[in-house]
Amino acid sequence: MKHGLSNLFRHRVLIQSLVARELKARYRGSVGGYLWSFLNPLLLLLVYTIVFTTVFTPPRAEGADVDPYTVFLFCGLLPWTWFSASLTDATNSLIAGGNLIKKLIFPAEILPIVSVLANGVHYLLGLPVYLIAWFIFKPAGFSVHVLWLPMVIFTQMILSLGLGLILAALTVHFRDIRDILANTLTLWFFLTPIIYSRAFIQGLADAEDATWVPKVVARVLDLNPMTHIMDGYHLSIFEGSLVNWKRLPVTLGAAFLLLIVAYWFFDRLRDSFPEEV
Amino acid sequence: MVAPVVRVDNVVKQYRKAAHAHRFLTLKSAIVGGNLFKALAPSEVFTALDGVSLDIAPGETLGVIGSNGAGKSTLLKIIAGTTKPTTGEVTVDGKISALIELGAGFHPEITGRENVFINGIMLGLTRREVADRFDSIVSFAELEDFIDAPVKNYSSGMYMRLGFSIAIHIDPDVLLIDEVLAVGDEAFVHKCLDKIAEFKRRGKTILLVSHGLESVRRLCDRVIWIKDGSIEASGDPPRVIDAYLEWVALKEEGELAAGYERRSAAAEIGTAADAPGASGRGPGAGQSEAADGGESAPAAGAGALDGAGEPPGGDAASEDAPYESGRWGSQQVLIEEVRLLDAEGAQHYVFTCGDPMTIELTLEAKEEINDFAVGIGVFNADGVCCYGTNTDIERFEAAKLHGTATVRMEIPALNLIEGTYYLDLAVHRIDGYPYDYQRGLTRFRTTSPIADTGIARLPHRWSFAGGIEWKKTGGTGTDGSKT
Repeated sequence: MKHGLSNLFRHRVLIQSLVARELKARYRGSVGGYLWSFLNPLLLLLVYTIVFTTVFTPPRAEGADVDPYTVFLFCGLLPWTWFSASLTDATNSLIAGGNLIKKLIFPAEILPIVSVLANGVHYLLGLPVYLIAWFIFKPAGFSVHVLWLPMVIFTQMILSLGLGLILAALTVHFRDIRDILANTLTLWFFLTPIIYSRAFIQGLADAEDATWVPKVVARVLDLNPMTHIMDGYHLSIFEGSLVNWKRLPVTLGAAFLLLIVAYWFFDRLRDSFPEEV
Repeated sequence: MVAPVVRVDNVVKQYRKAAHAHRFLTLKSAIVGGNLFKALAPSEVFTALDGVSLDIAPGETLGVIGSNGAGKSTLLKIIAGTTKPTTGEVTVDGKISALIELGAGFHPEITGRENVFINGIMLGLTRREVADRFDSIVSFAELEDFIDAPVKNYSSGMYMRLGFSIAIHIDPDVLLIDEVLAVGDEAFVHKCLDKIAEFKRRGKTILLVSHGLESVRRLCDRVIWIKDGSIEASGDPPRVIDAYLEWVALKEEGELAAGYERRSAAAEIGTAADAPGASGRGPGAGQSEAADGGESAPAAGAGALDGAGEPPGGDAASEDAPYESGRWGSQQVLIEEVRLLDAEGAQHYVFTCGDPMTIELTLEAKEEINDFAVGIGVFNADGVCCYGTNTDIERFEAAKLHGTATVRMEIPALNLIEGTYYLDLAVHRIDGYPYDYQRGLTRFRTTSPIADTGIARLPHRWSFAGGIEWKKTGGTGTDGSKT
């Protein structure tokens, strides 16, 4: 593990170059170039605004602040895109980068790491679009608690790295993971407070006449690390309040633990990669 | 004794052989059984390297030779570190650069310039070092005009040149080269060889895997020959290379001999089956069409007509003979046996260019015949007649052929360039009417330490005078009469 970390540190320039290459290659040949990193979320924002103001209005609950809904939705959708794209790319990364693993002396873990980081940069590029929209449509929410955002982002990054490493290593041996993941992510999306807030479900579960359904759902949500990360985004850069000081650090700790296990797992399978990709 | 730069200690490398059809089962059982690593352990394996130990001293240039699939590239990959040995240990002291897969890390969408940086960093340079060497890398690859174009637009030669150029600019302590000297045109290959020679002069350690035995002989201080995953021989380049060549020749002889057995067996069946008809219908056809000596295309046609050559002809031709091979004739005389002999009288199918060869035929005459000639023609793989003669042309006057007879043609120096040759062997009447005509049933190979071209090596000797000097004089050492 320690050796692995120092190895990664040694390769930081390489990671940096590969992330840059990933971003460059993505927009190479397009006229808009990096502009698309801003345009994409902007257009998405536009579409959701139209859908959720004119086509249909989402249900509301006591104590759940989701107004304006488009901005709320957007707050969770951007990091979710980072999360799901990271896992999808990381899953494919070893197979796509087979040339490197097979033919160069190359620490394979760099590939899933680059997947997570490159998508993270995309998120960061889209973030200003969100912050501006937030500032315009919900000026009341803007507060100093926006400073918690880096911690939320960091937690998500650690979680994504851990999952990415495990998925990447497994996919080399079981290509089925790619299809399983695509479906799992759809389910996971709805089991994460993105189109609704955590407080909304909590409110339903805490209500006096609550059936067992919202209680179970609330329970499941609590076990989902992405719930607390999303909650972190919602609190810090939508409501503008303090992030949950228990849930978020616990999630971060769990994510770290996962990353350590993931790295160990990846390391054990490492030698099999050149022959299998 | 200096500590070795590369130490390979009893390395075994096994590859999984079985396909992964049963894999999903193992995932399930792995999860249920709780031991994924065990489930992923290879079940049916192929041993590519079987206990190889090797020390390479600093500054040594080591050549690795061996037939395809012997494990050369696996050894190189293991030393390079891209593949881990199954058991055993490899230690490398110093920076290593592998010219194994050139341009392996290139990304097609981004420019050559960006790829140089990323590839350089991947190979262990810092950004600063790449920047310092950038101009030299580009000019060595001769890509000044294209360096800002995306790599996907490069030709394969440009791609390889850039890959090679980056790899050698890493300035490694140990350079691994695997058959990459075939990149680019002649001029670029020379540049690469010069660069390798420069590495050698600067005391770097080089490991060269090549089928180009000549370059191995020229560049290497020591050669190892890998056979079936283990080191068969190691040491002085000429000795090991000769041992290897001898083994290759032996293997080829085995194949050629087996081929001859097959072909002549097939031909014999045809002849035997056709024997009664051949004396009636066959000879007429043979006589009219093969009157010009029996070695030209119509003779083959005659063979097809009388039926004797037909089934075996089709059979043998499908193998690898360049022209219709087969056997036909009236069978009044049969060529019972064909033997190719070396100077000591031992039978061979592979000869070294310039060595003596004797073609020995055993004839069996069913009746006493007094109109006959024995002919021999040598054809190369393109079907070109390299040499043809018969006893009649050489003014032997036939008197009597009866019972068993032996005919020997001694060639003091077989000056045919390296290649595969086919023999036409015939006993026929002076007018060309065949008793037994064997076309292309006997094959042999010649090998040569030098790569001269053409058909035959003309006996020659170089001599020089005046303002011309050589660092080293080579030459074939043949003057037609090897002593």
